[in-house]
Amino acid sequence: MKSGRIIEVNGPLIQARLPGIANGEQLRVGELGLTGEVIGLDGERALIQVYESTEMLRPGEEVVPLGHPLSAELGPGLLGGIFDGVQRPLRAIMETAGEHIPRGLALPALNREKRWDFTPEASLRAGQEIRGGMVLGRVQETRAVEHRILVPPGIKGELMELAGAGSYTLEQPIARVRTPLKGIQELSLLQRWPVRHPRPYARRDDGIAPLLTGQRILDTFFPLLKGGKGAIPGPFGAGKTMLQQQIARWTNADIVIYVGCGERGNELVDILESFPELTDPYSSRSLMERTLLVANTSNMPVVAREASIYLGVTLAEYYRDQGHDVVMLADSTSRWAEALREVAGRLGQMPVEEGYPAYLASRLAAFYERAGRVDTLGGDSGSVTLIGAVSPPGGDFSEPVTNHTKDIIQTFWALSKSLADARHYPSVSWTESFSDAVEAAARWWSREISPEWQARRAQALDLLVRAEELSRIINLVGVEALSPAQRWSVEAASLVREALLQQSALDEVDSYCSPQKQFALLDLAMSLYQRGGELIDSQVPVSALLELPALARLRRAKNSYGNEQLDALARLKEDMQAQLDELAENYGEGRS
Amino acid sequence: MKEKEYRYASAARTGLLFLEGVPGVAFGDRVVIRDRHGRKRNGQVILSSGELVMVQVLEGTDDLNLDDTWVRFLDQPFELPLSPDLLGRVFNGIGEPRDERPPIISRLRRNVNGEPVNPVARAYPREFIQTGISAIDGLNSLVRGQKLPIFSGSGLPHNRLVAQIVRQSRLLGEESRFVVVFAAMGLSYSDARFFREDFENNGVLGNVAMFINLADDPPIERLILPRTALTAAEYLAFDLDLHVLVVLTDMTYYAEALREVATAKGDVPTRKGYPGYLYSDMAEIYERAGRVHKRHGSITMVPVVSMPSDDITHPIPDLTGYITEGQIVLSRELDNQNLYPPVNIPPSLSRLMKDGIGKDDTREDHPRVASQLYAAYARALEVRNLASIIGRDELPDLDRRYLDFADQFEQRFLAQGPDEDRSVIQTLNIAWELLSLLPGEVLSRVSEADLARYHHWEGNK
Repeated sequence: MKSGRIIEVNGPLIQARLPGIANGEQLRVGELGLTGEVIGLDGERALIQVYESTEMLRPGEEVVPLGHPLSAELGPGLLGGIFDGVQRPLRAIMETAGEHIPRGLALPALNREKRWDFTPEASLRAGQEIRGGMVLGRVQETRAVEHRILVPPGIKGELMELAGAGSYTLEQPIARVRTPLKGIQELSLLQRWPVRHPRPYARRDDGIAPLLTGQRILDTFFPLLKGGKGAIPGPFGAGKTMLQQQIARWTNADIVIYVGCGERGNELVDILESFPELTDPYSSRSLMERTLLVANTSNMPVVAREASIYLGVTLAEYYRDQGHDVVMLADSTSRWAEALREVAGRLGQMPVEEGYPAYLASRLAAFYERAGRVDTLGGDSGSVTLIGAVSPPGGDFSEPVTNHTKDIIQTFWALSKSLADARHYPSVSWTESFSDAVEAAARWWSREISPEWQARRAQALDLLVRAEELSRIINLVGVEALSPAQRWSVEAASLVREALLQQSALDEVDSYCSPQKQFALLDLAMSLYQRGGELIDSQVPVSALLELPALARLRRAKNSYGNEQLDALARLKEDMQAQLDELAENYGEGRS
Repeated sequence: MKEKEYRYASAARTGLLFLEGVPGVAFGDRVVIRDRHGRKRNGQVILSSGELVMVQVLEGTDDLNLDDTWVRFLDQPFELPLSPDLLGRVFNGIGEPRDERPPIISRLRRNVNGEPVNPVARAYPREFIQTGISAIDGLNSLVRGQKLPIFSGSGLPHNRLVAQIVRQSRLLGEESRFVVVFAAMGLSYSDARFFREDFENNGVLGNVAMFINLADDPPIERLILPRTALTAAEYLAFDLDLHVLVVLTDMTYYAEALREVATAKGDVPTRKGYPGYLYSDMAEIYERAGRVHKRHGSITMVPVVSMPSDDITHPIPDLTGYITEGQIVLSRELDNQNLYPPVNIPPSLSRLMKDGIGKDDTREDHPRVASQLYAAYARALEVRNLASIIGRDELPDLDRRYLDFADQFEQRFLAQGPDEDRSVIQTLNIAWELLSLLPGEVLSRVSEADLARYHHWEGNK
């Protein structure tokens, strides 16, 4: 492809004369060598979005096509790394260029010098037929994660040679394949994939296991499945970032990909500084060993922000194809949509809702569709779970991004400003949130934790909703207007809110709550509510119940007992039952 | 290119000047315009093609004609000359003196747009700043390198509060004070004078660099002013190792100027006519606050955002809240009761507080006390609502205690004099006096040990 010349510069969007160029192709732009992408064609004119600031770029400068679309580099060395929206390695950039990101600096995403210990797949023999997705061998990428080196999708042929165990750089050949169409091909530890195209798999499956996050309001009340899609909408200050970070910390996925898309720089620093110090509760390794960051903060060029989401999900699919369960958190999809809007506006496309282009809904749907649990081409099973934060302007959930997202996802964790204002965290609203995954999750909880789970959960939710209605009555006519049974409901709901729903990310004991402890607390609260209700029916006053010492203990149980102290919770239940029985006896005697 | 002057603009309207057939002009280039009276104006190229160049004129296009306007392209972006002499001076939006003293001469000049900081190079802000104001120190602590805006409304005392923060801010256990970069966009003359006198009376004027665009100065200059001011702040913080407090007031006027230009350019309007890139544009400004590894200095930012008709969901405060690390919200209701500072506690927040307070920073119980005060005050406000319907006497005993708590909280904790400088320990002690109005059983956010040590419940008296 021949190079061309810039005709016009309009912010991040430029035009150049490039006859014959394809949409999506990558380009080097101008004397500084900025990176750009063709996003539209108009005769011989190509419309190009530039991922870096175009300041001092001028008409007449050269534009050089690179011959490939925006692609991710895939291979060992991704985990623990931090990349910008077009996968430039931010650590290496700092080593080369200091604390600012200079323009036109092209460094490869993955280190070319580093050697990795490769162990070939024992069952593979020269002469054997291989195809895309098969495992060629393994590299222990971090102590927590084994990286499986796969035959790239699309390759099929006879394995001529497979390297023996040893250490290799990313570009050294580890295998040669004779393919019918393209002749002999060399494979290495490094491969590429165009980020805007989903990676292939053999078959799609429904989710079967919940993605556990250690957060009670999520796991117990509004579960999300591995391979599912969830959204966290909330106005500013409601705790979206905190909740996303809690999920990134405590989820039972193998790999966590955190995409900071148009958000604060300090939030990524928080992860970079804290994650290496934190321990994954499942593998007991440092959290950073399973985490990968894509950072396009709000002050970084807006166009790369649009790409960052696709980069993130491509990296997620790559690890999925190795048979891992991957979670990708995108904070925030609203900033991604705004980047889309900004480019659409500069292209002069007709705005439909709030300035967003007509294709907003379809782009959002196509992105979330890349979530799923699949049978991989290599015959393994893996999943990508997508969780997108949404930042609705003014906290208005009827705005286009929230609205379209709501139609697409399965689990909706709506954050409430009023809960956050009262410092009730996580501020997930139990009236506005929903989950389509309760049935599937219930099978898991029932098998692994307790058959009572689904009933207890329904009971608790029902209580919370009823108490909400009752509190409206209280606000009109005062608490005295309620019957004792109703008052007990209000008190029990407030207990559920305090003892179960509120969970401090900053509390060492309570930051992560195991499913066993989650159920134990739920069961404690619900059996108290149930038995208390029976006592009230037999004339025990509400005030007597509220004075039970076990109740005060239950309020603090989440912080008092760690995940391993289930026996203490069992004892608390016994004590509570004893106290309730005593109460029943006292009042029973009083009556007779 | 530099020597050439172009004449015959093809159009001039609402701050934009159009020239045809000027080849090879760089996007973002600085432009000097000479009008028919020989007066100089400044501009910047915002679109460049072979056929058309669009120039944004900072002083506006009033009184320009097409034939007798000469345009010179400087082939360089807007740059600010940097030297320690910036302190004690007053400049306009592009860094020209406004104080009748000579311009800054320095070989060190930097592009006012800066370059984005690599997130990896940032250091997480975690050093507590004592402002001496209980509502901030106790409940919404500020840390060094944070951006914490004040959401205000017309007529509310945000200027007094900002001045108090500037005066009193210090780091515990450190002698060094902040130097101040004061960036005023669309400020009234009297407000500008208030700040100037306040700095003067406190003898800090020599430690302040002021960048001023008054209400009757050209609005388009407001777009470049915060960038110029932050370039100065970055130099002071990261070249000279100083701790810089940046005051930006008022970001609402900044955003309005942005809307004015966007509309003239024909950009697609979104909420309330603001362009879709308002978020990214404001982020470029706010994100320049922070700390950087291996640099001693820091930039702490206190922007003032006035909420049009006190509406926190208006795009300017709303988008600001999504970028900044919390917000201090002022309340008209409290102000009407003559309560100063009238900080509306429930919507106020400091996101970086968690890492700047506690055992080694302020006092061990601080995080839990703050959470408890928030929870108790939220509950107390609910009760106050209820009391206004059914009357205080109908309330259960505990609820009446909450009512007292709310009143005392506002009168003793929130309220303080504009010159009253409380230590954070004093603030926490007042907090415990207030929490002692409530029985220990309802204080589930604090620990048993806290209760034993600080809670003086006197029971039913």
